Amino acid sequence: MKAIEIKNISKSYGDITAIDDLSFEVNKGEIFGLIGPDGSGKTSIFRMLTTVTLPDKGEAFVQGLNVRTDFKKIRKLIGYMPGRFSLYQDLTVEENLEFYSSVFNTSIADNYELIKDIYSQLEPFKDRRAGKLSGGMKQKLALSCALIHRPEVLFLDEPTTGVDAVSRKEFWEMLDRLRKTGITILVSTPYMDEAAKCDRIALIKDGKILNIDTPDKISSSFQRTLYAVRSADTHQLILDLRSWDKTHSSFAFGDNIHLSLNTDDLKENDILEYIEKKQHSDINVAKIEPSIEDAFIELLKQDENHD
Amino acid sequence: MTRDLSKAVTVDKLTKKFGNFIATDEITFEVDKGEIFGFLGANGAGKTTAIKMLCGLLTPTYGKATVAGFDIYKQTEKIKQNIGYMSQKFSLYEDLTLFENIRFYGGIYGLSGKEIKLKAKNILSKLKISELANKKVRSLPLGWKQKLAFSLSMIHEPDIIFLDEPTGGVDPITRRQFWELIYEAADNGTTIFVTTHYMDEAEYCNRVSIMVDGKIVALDKPSELKKQYSVDSMDGVFQILARGTSVKG
Repeated sequence: MKAIEIKNISKSYGDITAIDDLSFEVNKGEIFGLIGPDGSGKTSIFRMLTTVTLPDKGEAFVQGLNVRTDFKKIRKLIGYMPGRFSLYQDLTVEENLEFYSSVFNTSIADNYELIKDIYSQLEPFKDRRAGKLSGGMKQKLALSCALIHRPEVLFLDEPTTGVDAVSRKEFWEMLDRLRKTGITILVSTPYMDEAAKCDRIALIKDGKILNIDTPDKISSSFQRTLYAVRSADTHQLILDLRSWDKTHSSFAFGDNIHLSLNTDDLKENDILEYIEKKQHSDINVAKIEPSIEDAFIELLKQDENHD
Repeated sequence: MTRDLSKAVTVDKLTKKFGNFIATDEITFEVDKGEIFGFLGANGAGKTTAIKMLCGLLTPTYGKATVAGFDIYKQTEKIKQNIGYMSQKFSLYEDLTLFENIRFYGGIYGLSGKEIKLKAKNILSKLKISELANKKVRSLPLGWKQKLAFSLSMIHEPDIIFLDEPTGGVDPITRRQFWELIYEAADNGTTIFVTTHYMDEAEYCNRVSIMVDGKIVALDKPSELKKQYSVDSMDGVFQILARGTSVKG
């Protein structure tokens, strides 16, 4: 049995199609990432799997239970951290956690071991109202509340959006430790560096899956030779590369530009020669391995003619 | 008071206290005209408080600052007329058409009907969405809304624009297209003051500052910061510096 099974589901809101005949499966104990921009349908998938809303068409199962008919059972088995902070702002940290554990007929003490790692960082502030916490702390409290009844499947909808780079890293370290307890995690994120930390990922756009695989295989689905190119003037270099008739794509990645060509006949030296002709200084050209973000950009380009 | 236009922003020991809590603690820096200045820090480090003071929305406890040559204590209305502001929660009116949004923002900044028409034409043709002028903003994809919001925040040709996490939630191509608009604005002499949680975007800035617990703990070109902390990315620099001295609630 799979932890999550989705078969040909569709969902529309008025004349907007949020999910378009989408299917995927999540294995037990897996961290599965839904990667895509806002509006790609990630939240709709979460809402259907957590039985908050029903699909228009298709079937979906969580731990073998049907989201249409077994929704009461499903709700006991899952933890859900929605994208929007949905704890009680006027209750304290501890009151929120007590409330969630009482809803599921359990207690903080019973399951403390599972959340200790996360909650211990919050304990110095347990009498503070949730609304007064910083972004990183709110997110830790929301995760604690979603875990307090020992769910079998954890749903995390954009848990790190708007969260700084340090807190994001800490959050993923927590997920990695949770993985070892055998829990299945479905997580969505717009951050490509987080995608690399999942066991498998689905790249989504406009309610459809562009690709679904392990992060390594997604990265290596990028077929062209990729170069990291830099010079003293990054912006001018992008413009110059974009106007070159040999360029397939050129996008900024930090202080480099990732360049792929529309021909295999040229090598590093030819690229160097072209850039030198354009009067750049401090030039560097190196062949590199593509990342998930390179692969996603390529898929987006194929999907829709972005220029 | 004569306006010194050589610097877009000057900040000298700017401080804001809320009761016993020091949100912004004697920060000092300058931003050059036409510079892309990255203002980084962890959640709760004091960035928003500092930005509110610079935009004339919050009175400092003490310290000095000028924005576009205007004093942040005495000339807040002048500042508001000479800056642009856009955040991730950009404020387009979803039920108005693209043109109506442009007319509304142009009107607020006192542009004439003729100027607004010209601006609308230029903005929409630059974004290649002229045919959508009479469509409601609601129907636009998020990436286009972001680009439109950015263009609107510059409709009055401000000297400096404050961008508070402008690229949240968009796909990797749109995020990069947005940065190309930023570069272009900077090339035209507009000063860019930007916050972001994407550390690759920190690399696109001319200089960045990193705030920790209300203080600026680092300020330099990305290349210099990476050298100084012996790491190969701004994410590396941020991970070293931004953890802060205490756990914040």
